[in-house]
Amino acid sequence: MAVVETLEVLSPGPLTTVQDRGRFGYGRYGVAPSGAVDFFSLRIGNLLVNNPEGEACLEITVLGLKVRALTDLVIAITGADLQPHLNEEPLKMWHSHFLRKADTLSFRGPRSGCRAYLALGGGISLSPIMESKSTNLFSRFGGLEGRALKGGDILSSDSPHLYLKARGRAVDQRWIPSYPKNWALRFAFGPQDDHFTEEGKRAFLHSSFEVTPQSDRTGVRLAGPVLQTKPGMEDSIISEGVISGTIQVPGDGQPIIILAETVTGGYRKIATVITADLPLLGQIKPGDTVHFQEVSVDEALQALREAEAIIERIRGGLRDESIDLDR
Amino acid sequence: MLYENPVYRIMGDRSILVELGDEISLTVNQRVRELFLTLDRHRIEGVVETIPCYRSLHIIYDPLKITLPTLQDRIKGLRRTMNGAQIPKPRTLKIPVIYGGEYGPDLLWVARYHKISPEEVIRLHTGSTYQVYMIGFAAGYAYMGTVPEALVTPRRKTPRTIVPKGSVGIGQKQTGVYPVESPGGWQIIGRTPLKLFDPTRLPPTPLEMGDLVRFFPIREEEMAHWQS
Repeated sequence: MAVVETLEVLSPGPLTTVQDRGRFGYGRYGVAPSGAVDFFSLRIGNLLVNNPEGEACLEITVLGLKVRALTDLVIAITGADLQPHLNEEPLKMWHSHFLRKADTLSFRGPRSGCRAYLALGGGISLSPIMESKSTNLFSRFGGLEGRALKGGDILSSDSPHLYLKARGRAVDQRWIPSYPKNWALRFAFGPQDDHFTEEGKRAFLHSSFEVTPQSDRTGVRLAGPVLQTKPGMEDSIISEGVISGTIQVPGDGQPIIILAETVTGGYRKIATVITADLPLLGQIKPGDTVHFQEVSVDEALQALREAEAIIERIRGGLRDESIDLDR
Repeated sequence: MLYENPVYRIMGDRSILVELGDEISLTVNQRVRELFLTLDRHRIEGVVETIPCYRSLHIIYDPLKITLPTLQDRIKGLRRTMNGAQIPKPRTLKIPVIYGGEYGPDLLWVARYHKISPEEVIRLHTGSTYQVYMIGFAAGYAYMGTVPEALVTPRRKTPRTIVPKGSVGIGQKQTGVYPVESPGGWQIIGRTPLKLFDPTRLPPTPLEMGDLVRFFPIREEEMAHWQS
């Protein structure tokens, strides 16, 4: 396996980081999972370029990334439509493309969604830390020196030339998600819904919440009616485990959907977004609105099976195409 | 109070909190540790990871591999076999601290708040053995308690935007070390040259939930010795 320099960062945009599927199993040391917020798009991007589906990609937030190819390689862009361009030409998303050495790739701004994923054939060559290449911005490790990308950074890949035949592949249109401005998120109540008044729970169920500009990789922060707790409840609870998708409610009664940058928290949690809907959290942006739909644990499980079945069908479709390519 | 039977708090479709009591106490925390170590020994197929906290164990599982009722049955079964006997004694770690000066900018404030001398603050802080109740908030961040009554100090009114790595602080009844530079609201009384989070090592932090910790004072000149 040869490590080859593949991309030079000309402009990093406000926040571009290296993320893979995440860092699991180290929560007991306080180590957060990190990883791509929209891991559906990460997985599909990797499948398009023939990588293992959990490989590291660039997670591009809203706009601004510009990179130059340092060698011939194959790439795919999934997730938010940030108007990707190859040199001066608009580039199709959810397709794999051939980049010639010296080509530039730029992202001109959001048309829909919040985070785009750039997958490179051959992945991103970095030593995994605790089994993951994901960037942990708070504790400053993983990815590129634990930080966001900056101008002049060089990314390398493992044997990118071996992936060139994966060019020209596409995800069937029917599997490509659309990113609305008004989101419906499915959830199950708990673990502390019993701390809220009936009125507080009703407000949660029937209101529309606005996504605030303070939202980031740590959480989607919402503004709406105050979710009232029962009389006598303190603002905080004894710190305990949290998981991405958990909706915690601090003393001000405004919910925050926790993402994957922490493992514990000291606020009560009214509900938790189901696993099947977690990738959507990566595409919600400030100014969007969110409302919540209650489902049972069985319905949540069924939704997760369906989400995995879609990935299986995409994988199958791409496999058929690569057989064609090999001929 | 330790509950007679655990409360299973369901958090979404892939995690539960097994809550064993309603307070921060050694008794409850030791039972959490016992369950945590028991689950580590008897790996349950489908359990992704377990994270011990003050009074509950967080269990994350793969719902495509194990159902919630099966998981709860397995936990109940294991709890019946637990008698505390197989639980290893906690280790004791000694953490060197340079108290006061630029390393402990709030030492004088804490002393004045309690109307005692800075030396007395150091004596009280180094005179107790602390238990690591949990590691959380950030990588390697150990919540330790409890500080002697005479040293219980409120958090700063305005949190600092930057607390240097290794800073030793007091926040109410808790004490702890900031493992990486970060914002923080605890009263900073000193700094340790020990690395409490090193992502290149496994485990990345020398502390584990259940460990006992003692702090001892060192002089600035000794810093380099402890950094190695």
